Amino acid sequence: MSMLEAITLSVIAASTPLLLAAAGELMVERSGVLNLGVEGMMILGAACGFAAAWFTGSTLVGALAGTLAGATLALVFALLTLGLAVNQVATGLALTILGVGLSGLIGAGFVGQRIEQAPALYLPVLTELPGVGRILFGQDAFVYSSVALLIGIRRFLYRSRAGLALRAIGDNPTSAHALGYPVLRVRLLATLFGGACAGLGGAYLSLAYTPFFVPGMTAGRGWIALALVVFASWRPLRLVAGAYLFGAVSILQLHAQGHGLGIPSQLMSSLPYLATVLVLVLISRTRGTAGSAAPASLGTAFVPDR
Amino acid sequence: MHLVLERRAERSLLAALGSPLLAIALTLATMAILFALLGKNPVAALGVYFVEPLTDAYTLQEIAVKATPLVMIAVGLALCYVANVWNIGAEGQFIIGAVAGSWLAVRTQGTDAGAWVLPAMLLLGALGGALYAMIPAICRVRFGASEILVSLMLVYVADLLMDYLVRGPWRDPHGLNFPTTAEFDPVATVPALIEGSRLHAGAILALIVVLLASVLLGRMLAGFEIRVVGAAPKAAAFAGFDARRVVLFCFAVSGALAGLAGIIEVAGPIGHLQPGISPGYGFTAIIVAFLGRLNPLGVLVAGLFLALTVIGGEGAQIALKVPLDLTKVFQGILLFYVLACDSLIVHRIRFVAAPRRSAHEHA
Repeated sequence: MSMLEAITLSVIAASTPLLLAAAGELMVERSGVLNLGVEGMMILGAACGFAAAWFTGSTLVGALAGTLAGATLALVFALLTLGLAVNQVATGLALTILGVGLSGLIGAGFVGQRIEQAPALYLPVLTELPGVGRILFGQDAFVYSSVALLIGIRRFLYRSRAGLALRAIGDNPTSAHALGYPVLRVRLLATLFGGACAGLGGAYLSLAYTPFFVPGMTAGRGWIALALVVFASWRPLRLVAGAYLFGAVSILQLHAQGHGLGIPSQLMSSLPYLATVLVLVLISRTRGTAGSAAPASLGTAFVPDR
Repeated sequence: MHLVLERRAERSLLAALGSPLLAIALTLATMAILFALLGKNPVAALGVYFVEPLTDAYTLQEIAVKATPLVMIAVGLALCYVANVWNIGAEGQFIIGAVAGSWLAVRTQGTDAGAWVLPAMLLLGALGGALYAMIPAICRVRFGASEILVSLMLVYVADLLMDYLVRGPWRDPHGLNFPTTAEFDPVATVPALIEGSRLHAGAILALIVVLLASVLLGRMLAGFEIRVVGAAPKAAAFAGFDARRVVLFCFAVSGALAGLAGIIEVAGPIGHLQPGISPGYGFTAIIVAFLGRLNPLGVLVAGLFLALTVIGGEGAQIALKVPLDLTKVFQGILLFYVLACDSLIVHRIRFVAAPRRSAHEHA
């Protein structure tokens, strides 16, 4: 296997959890809801996914458990922000704190355990193609589903009536409500979808990326996913580019550390975070000219006056 | 039948004072269920968590020690949140404050520097925290970048910077390769309030901070400006209040307080700089700020309560063999209930019999 192929494979692996979580959050934010609890839903997905896979020996069950855990946490968020019109920023923070705590509680017994890594696809001739075989035909199911997810989200948002309604609700819930769209129900579904995606992204970390669970293993990926949505200007295709760019940054810093360029390892480790800050500044500066699709009502509660 | 959220015509004082208490009661009930699920006797477990720490002079002091940084940070955060400014990177500002102050302690180590060292360290700590907090603030007002994400990203950066310093240039040469600076000199240490106790002068400083913040928010124009910008941005703009200045001011103050808390923690109870100086004070302080209803005096009470849970959690880990993460779960649940109960101050929930369909039938 060539160096380039190896690096590409590891970039894909590092990008997939970001892409999964950010894809879900993109839908949530397009409906006008800002859920800052992605980190909490991801880490709970990682813990529950690992626990389920450890008991059943099945990656699929693990992935489902992670997805369910993320969605459950999102349901709590929805109850507060949609049901009680609580401040979304504060509730999102609470979700992260709770998710991190719960994951520690659930995962405590599984630290140091190993499971079978998620199986990769193998097609007789195709996977062995030199150069591109492993990259295109040798990934695990998470990678393929992340791509399928993005295609689905794009079609949904821009090619379906429901997607149009969702975007309208995100831009102007009052008008959408007046037209008879069920604002809160759509937002609830979007929030649950976002939680499920974040949970799946977290499960990817503990089932495929590293087949074991470590407390705090998401290491800020949930927050980076949130930044990615801004980076992508709330557009699905740009999200793919952004996720792979960030995956590349985090892998390159690992390789640079491995080569020991005389740069402190801590500086290299902080690169993904610094890159996030830089990107946020650059993107926010050019907003408006770069065709941002920021939902106009993002983060504001909607209380229907019947 | 379904639920409908309705804005209350007027806010009742009873609800304002009662909502944090209701939140705590609901949290305790949830915790009791959680303990039962873990196979522990709920009553005994809650006793270990919330009553036992109050029965012992040592743990009472420890509560005050833990509450000191929590209160100091949370007062600054409350200021931010009142203004609708979201600094969630206090953990990073805490660390940078500790690093900035420790620089002087490391530089003057073993010299005959006088009593000026500690005050200078505290000043450096506050300055370091404030400057570090200016990064997200400037990114927000100058470029419109989300201060939430920027301030949070900088937490990881601060942690890595401290890690580099204590493993590299600042490592104690006689420290058996442990990643820590040498023990600070006596002139670089926050004095204990009572001889031989861990309770230190920082606790007094935290009380002063609470009082000053109360005066600022309640009695001064700057405090009024902060409240108006947070509650009614349009009205604030008409009144000529500069929202950008409020963002910068809130970040500067909260950063300075977090930085001060950081250097006090390092120069006080810990005595040297090392990784893991904060068990998440910067994040727990977010809960303290909300539980204290974004009011400095409320923050003081809430800080003591959260400190009680931290100490209780440590006790429960030993006595009940429950994981330490249970305390984090508890804190997360508490914040949820606090936010939910706060909503009930502004809104009222009404049960409404199934509507509309009958209207259709008549038409």
